[in-house]
Amino acid sequence: MAIDLKHLTIEKAHDALAKGEYSAVDLAKAYLDEIKKKDGEIHAYLEVFSDVIEQAKHADEIIKSGKAALLTGIPLAVKDNILIEGKVASSASKILEHYRAAYDATVIKKLKQDGAVFLGRTNMDEFAMGGSTENSAYGPTKNPHDTTRVPGGSSGGSAAAVAAGLALAALGSDTGGSIREPASFCGIVGLKPTYGAVSRYGVMAMGSSLDQIGPFGNTVADTEILFNAIKGQDAMDGTSMDFPEKKPKSKMKIGVPRDLLTIGGIDEAVLKTFNESLEKLRKLGHEIVDIVLPNVKYSLAVYYIIVPAEVSSNMARFDGMRYGTRVPGANGIEEYFLSREAGLGAEVKRRIIIGTYVLSSGYYDAYYNKANTVRDIIRDDYRKAFEKVDVIATPTAPSVAFKLGEKLSDPLAMYLEDIFTVPMNLAGVPAISVPAGFKEIDGKKLPIGIQFIANHGGERTLFALGRNFLGEK
Amino acid sequence: MLEIKDIEHLATLARIKLSDAEKAKFQKEIEPILGYVAKLKEITSVTGEEKQAGEHRNITRPDADVTETGTNTKKIVAGFPEHDGDYLKVKKIL
Repeated sequence: MAIDLKHLTIEKAHDALAKGEYSAVDLAKAYLDEIKKKDGEIHAYLEVFSDVIEQAKHADEIIKSGKAALLTGIPLAVKDNILIEGKVASSASKILEHYRAAYDATVIKKLKQDGAVFLGRTNMDEFAMGGSTENSAYGPTKNPHDTTRVPGGSSGGSAAAVAAGLALAALGSDTGGSIREPASFCGIVGLKPTYGAVSRYGVMAMGSSLDQIGPFGNTVADTEILFNAIKGQDAMDGTSMDFPEKKPKSKMKIGVPRDLLTIGGIDEAVLKTFNESLEKLRKLGHEIVDIVLPNVKYSLAVYYIIVPAEVSSNMARFDGMRYGTRVPGANGIEEYFLSREAGLGAEVKRRIIIGTYVLSSGYYDAYYNKANTVRDIIRDDYRKAFEKVDVIATPTAPSVAFKLGEKLSDPLAMYLEDIFTVPMNLAGVPAISVPAGFKEIDGKKLPIGIQFIANHGGERTLFALGRNFLGEK
Repeated sequence: MLEIKDIEHLATLARIKLSDAEKAKFQKEIEPILGYVAKLKEITSVTGEEKQAGEHRNITRPDADVTETGTNTKKIVAGFPEHDGDYLKVKKIL
């Protein structure tokens, strides 16, 4: 039977599976057909798994036994930096081209217990470094709304898969906007959870003090279901913890940091959509107030010191010795140099070099220590703000999806795309991007997102506001 | 101003071989990035609140349910670039 994938949600699919309207195998086949039809052009997937139908059969058995969870039989896409035992996990890098994961990431273990179906692993910027998915060693992903444009990044493959109907929902990771920016560019919902809300055991580390795994969905409800399935304290990640559930208020006080919107370089259409969205929120009964976050303007500078520093440390393990690609050399040391030269891409090398510089003797205090001190005062800005408001709202990204190749030769311009998303990673607070409008260029409607930010552990507040904003029940 | 020899030194510290073209490219690209992040120097007096207790803490677990030796060996060895039985093979170091 034909399944209407276009309007499908996790809840609808779950109901249909439970009632036996179609099986998990039918549903998986429907998505595999879509992938076959469309992914040649979009290139959201690096690999579609060969055992999808077997996974779906297993889900059907769970459904038959009457023990189905909400995600049983739900077809998901997984970012290529999250480990699934026995499957290749390359982080879209040449150095891990043939690397097979030796264990399941905690999020994967949880989803397997629920009987979710993994369709494949999705394209990304190499080791999650980038904002356009153009830094993949396997070619870029295209934006489903306009295939001459980027889907955003680094989780661009996951976002494009969900937006193009090539997966019902997906997992990504967010270190400075890598879930929210592609969600905004692709017109879907993406959540960066509170630092520590989701275990990072089994996700490849990029900026360890900032990384979080998070969900993508077509609706806020789908995003929430996936988040609830993967969250929670895990003995394998010492930074993970359970956050007490706070019941969201029905009428919220929403703070708008106006000074951050006057920095220039923000697309007029993005500002217009943002202001219209605030008006909509006001009409829904929420109170909009101006707030000041005096030090948040330094976020991007702090971020592009802390991230390269952590990257240069985290990437040291990729040396061709214990796993990954090894390029033969005259001696062991030369093999490090050659393996890293051949295996790592330009952006990864660039960040390693910058990281080595800011951590080197004589510069450490001026860069890394200073960045960490300023990070603390940025965190304080948020702490103080959340004494007065329930939620903070900003645009998700300063522009709509840009053209493939447009910013590739200017790393700093690419970094500036993260201006609204990095502060939350520095502060560790959760943030969600939801679709707010479009900008029409050359007859193509390009999505614009709005970002809602809550205090630590405030995901339920974000889901409640997101649903209210989009008119979901 | 970063010179080519600085880039070479950093690449050596980071154990990466760079081509001459890459060195020149990185020299050109890294300069504006360092210029941008240098704006933190504007902040001369930092008056952040005191750190809250418990922010950094050690996580330990009981010495129980220890994974038995050999449980994961096969999977790990399968990922070695070169091996001799269960030994990881690398070039002579000294």
